Amino acid sequence: MNASPVIEKAPKVGETAPAKSGTAVTFLRAKLQQSLAFGTLIVLVIFFSIASSNFFSWSNISSILLATAVIGILALGTTFVIITGGIDLSIGTGMTLAAVMTGIFLVNMQLPLIVGVLGGLATGALMGFINGVNIAILKLPPFIATLAMMLIAQGLALVISGVRPIYFSGVEGFKNISLGTIIPGLPNAVLILFLLAIVAYLLLSKTLFGRYTFAIGSNEEATRLSGVNTRKWLIVVYTVAGLFTGFAGVVIAARLDSAQPQIGVGYELQAIAAVIIGGTSLLGGRGSIMGTVIGALIMSVLINGLRIMSIQTEWQNVVVGIVILIAVFTDTLRQRRSAT
Amino acid sequence: MPTQLLKVSGISKSFPGVQALQDVQFELNRGEVLTLVGENGAGKSSLMKILSGIYAKDAGSIVLEGEEVVIDSPRAAQQVGISIIHQEMNLMPHLTVAQNIYIGREPRTMGFVNERRLNRQAADLLNRLGIHLNPRRLVGELSVAHQQMVEIAKALSFDAKVLIMDEPTSALTESETETLFRLIEGLKEHGTGIIYISHRMEELRRIADRVTVLRDGHYIGSLDKGEIDIPTVIEMMVGRHIEEGARPEARQHAHDDVVLKVENLGTRHLLKDISFELRRGEILGFAGLMGAGRTEVARAIIGADPSEGAVIHVQGKEVKIHQPSDAVAHGIGYLSEDRKALGLLLERDVNTNILLASLNDYTGPLGFMRTGKGKQKSRGYVESLRIKTPSIHQITKNLSGGNQQKVVIAKWLARDCDILIFDEPTRGIDVGAKEEIYRLLNDLVAQGKSIIMISSELPEVLRLSHRIVVMAGGRITGILNNEDASQAKIMDYATNIDDEKE
Repeated sequence: MNASPVIEKAPKVGETAPAKSGTAVTFLRAKLQQSLAFGTLIVLVIFFSIASSNFFSWSNISSILLATAVIGILALGTTFVIITGGIDLSIGTGMTLAAVMTGIFLVNMQLPLIVGVLGGLATGALMGFINGVNIAILKLPPFIATLAMMLIAQGLALVISGVRPIYFSGVEGFKNISLGTIIPGLPNAVLILFLLAIVAYLLLSKTLFGRYTFAIGSNEEATRLSGVNTRKWLIVVYTVAGLFTGFAGVVIAARLDSAQPQIGVGYELQAIAAVIIGGTSLLGGRGSIMGTVIGALIMSVLINGLRIMSIQTEWQNVVVGIVILIAVFTDTLRQRRSAT
Repeated sequence: MPTQLLKVSGISKSFPGVQALQDVQFELNRGEVLTLVGENGAGKSSLMKILSGIYAKDAGSIVLEGEEVVIDSPRAAQQVGISIIHQEMNLMPHLTVAQNIYIGREPRTMGFVNERRLNRQAADLLNRLGIHLNPRRLVGELSVAHQQMVEIAKALSFDAKVLIMDEPTSALTESETETLFRLIEGLKEHGTGIIYISHRMEELRRIADRVTVLRDGHYIGSLDKGEIDIPTVIEMMVGRHIEEGARPEARQHAHDDVVLKVENLGTRHLLKDISFELRRGEILGFAGLMGAGRTEVARAIIGADPSEGAVIHVQGKEVKIHQPSDAVAHGIGYLSEDRKALGLLLERDVNTNILLASLNDYTGPLGFMRTGKGKQKSRGYVESLRIKTPSIHQITKNLSGGNQQKVVIAKWLARDCDILIFDEPTRGIDVGAKEEIYRLLNDLVAQGKSIIMISSELPEVLRLSHRIVVMAGGRITGILNNEDASQAKIMDYATNIDDEKE
């Protein structure tokens, strides 16, 4: 035998045709959840604007945005984690601990403003790093590792603060981090949210880190066998989420001008809800920063709108719960369709 | 005098944009094995999905024992007596054999599951089929072959008249395959009709009473036992002629310099004293029965699993490999036998998959991606490897097996790996595409790459490998030059477990 037989493979209808239409369909499907979320947001805004004349005013919109800031920042960081197929339950109380530590640095230790703020951010990043090590190196399931961290952070926040709020009244300029207006009429907290959203977008869509985040979520073992140091990147992912938690801690402390040692409980679920409403899949491998921002806005518009319509707070939770169910349902519906 | 069991005629099925089946027909007699063959995309799976009630047919009729039947759900298929064993196992690893077989039909007393009766029922069934398995064992603890036996037992527990097997031997060793064939012989004697889908030509000769060939959704023809001739069947499948039984021709490309030298590689449970050399431009075949430890050698070399005491030299230099990223840094790429689970990001596009191992090369300052350069590279590989895809943005899941394998190859070429470890390079790939993969392997070594090829198909090993490493029981039992090797000789070494234990 001196030459392998030459195979001229004729194009087969059955192979190329469904593939071609597949590209367009897949593309549309990928955009569907996002545009669904965006459409929902528009419908909500129109609905509440008609239902209440107070809704569509600059002061109300500004307060909606301010209310979105903290949940939004938490949700941005969590988006990375959820795209890897993981979960981070420690962001709510982690945020509290970051706020309390900022208070300790600035009020008790009287450190310069910038140092105290960096300390708060570092607190968040450190918690994320520990989560990452526990998950990537010790192979703990993300749910368990971050559940433990959630309890630890809550406990530490209470112990360190002595179960009392730390007030920043003596700290010059701290409050302005959230409530100042570099852009007139727009609280700085909202500006920070938008800037962080841009950073998160660039990280996720344009960098190596973002590619690996998606790759790990799609198939961690295949990614590892391709020579990617998945353990390292997973640690980076959780550290980034922790850093965003730190930002949320500083922002919420500045907004309240105090570090409240119990405020963060429940924030993690709201942030996760925002991520999911925004179309990021809990199974990993799929998601977007734009979606998360829209998801966070939907949550705050809903809560604000219901409040303006004088609907009891208790009912607001019910409504948010139903929205989450609908969001996840449309997502599974879409996946079921693409599976067959 | 054979009696007709099943007659299928005029079956058509279309999906948006594609005619999957067009006027397809076949007949199955009682106690007969009908082998259904065709390349990937020929319509075999669609046809079987119609028979088992997963798809609804657009047109045609299914006549079972002389009566037309309506099969509109998997349950309906079971009720009329058609059972299917899917290529992917559908067993629950944490349940026992008996629990798996009778899932959903557990015998009950007063609302509680009667575990004793369940086990007895399962034991009876397994006995009848000649399968030696303890019904109380957890399925997750069984070998793949035994799991398959459980699948078969489960399918037959519905009193199936027609049993469909979709590539049942793809995960089995030769001896396990023999066991399966004996089981099939037994079923035939009981009058069960079997529709057997396979890519492996040798199996046709062995068990088929009749072969039906599909191509591009059309019925091409059927051959009765006496007429079955492999070249003819392949020609019907691919519509052209392919030579069989070829031997390697790339021998002249092999050099003497050693690119990979492995000494004393061992693992805690299986491998002992694995030592061999891989030369530049060589295809080094790894043959052996399933469980001999071939995949384990590959995984230990690349650091995917921990190894003990190994000294590894790459291009003459000693290297330490602790994890896959170290192996890749030294230019060793591993192509897993399980492309879908371990080789590809199925939900992501071709471009992402091709660049996955070499993303660093397309990363600028601050970690930002240079997407344009990467896409150009991907397109280059799609063209040079002739990957059939409408664009580099196609989701990889939608490609055929052969093209998926090429995407994985492109991934390692893009990373400039000089040593490629192929684990079952043509598993699940149809005949025509196989040839293309073979040619690709030959081209790669001609370009100076070196290849370790693990394969369970002896003709494949003999055809491509310059030298052949034979393993048994976690050890190397022989290293043969191609000239000296034959299927019989390899099998001899592969079953040589006891001699080596001294």
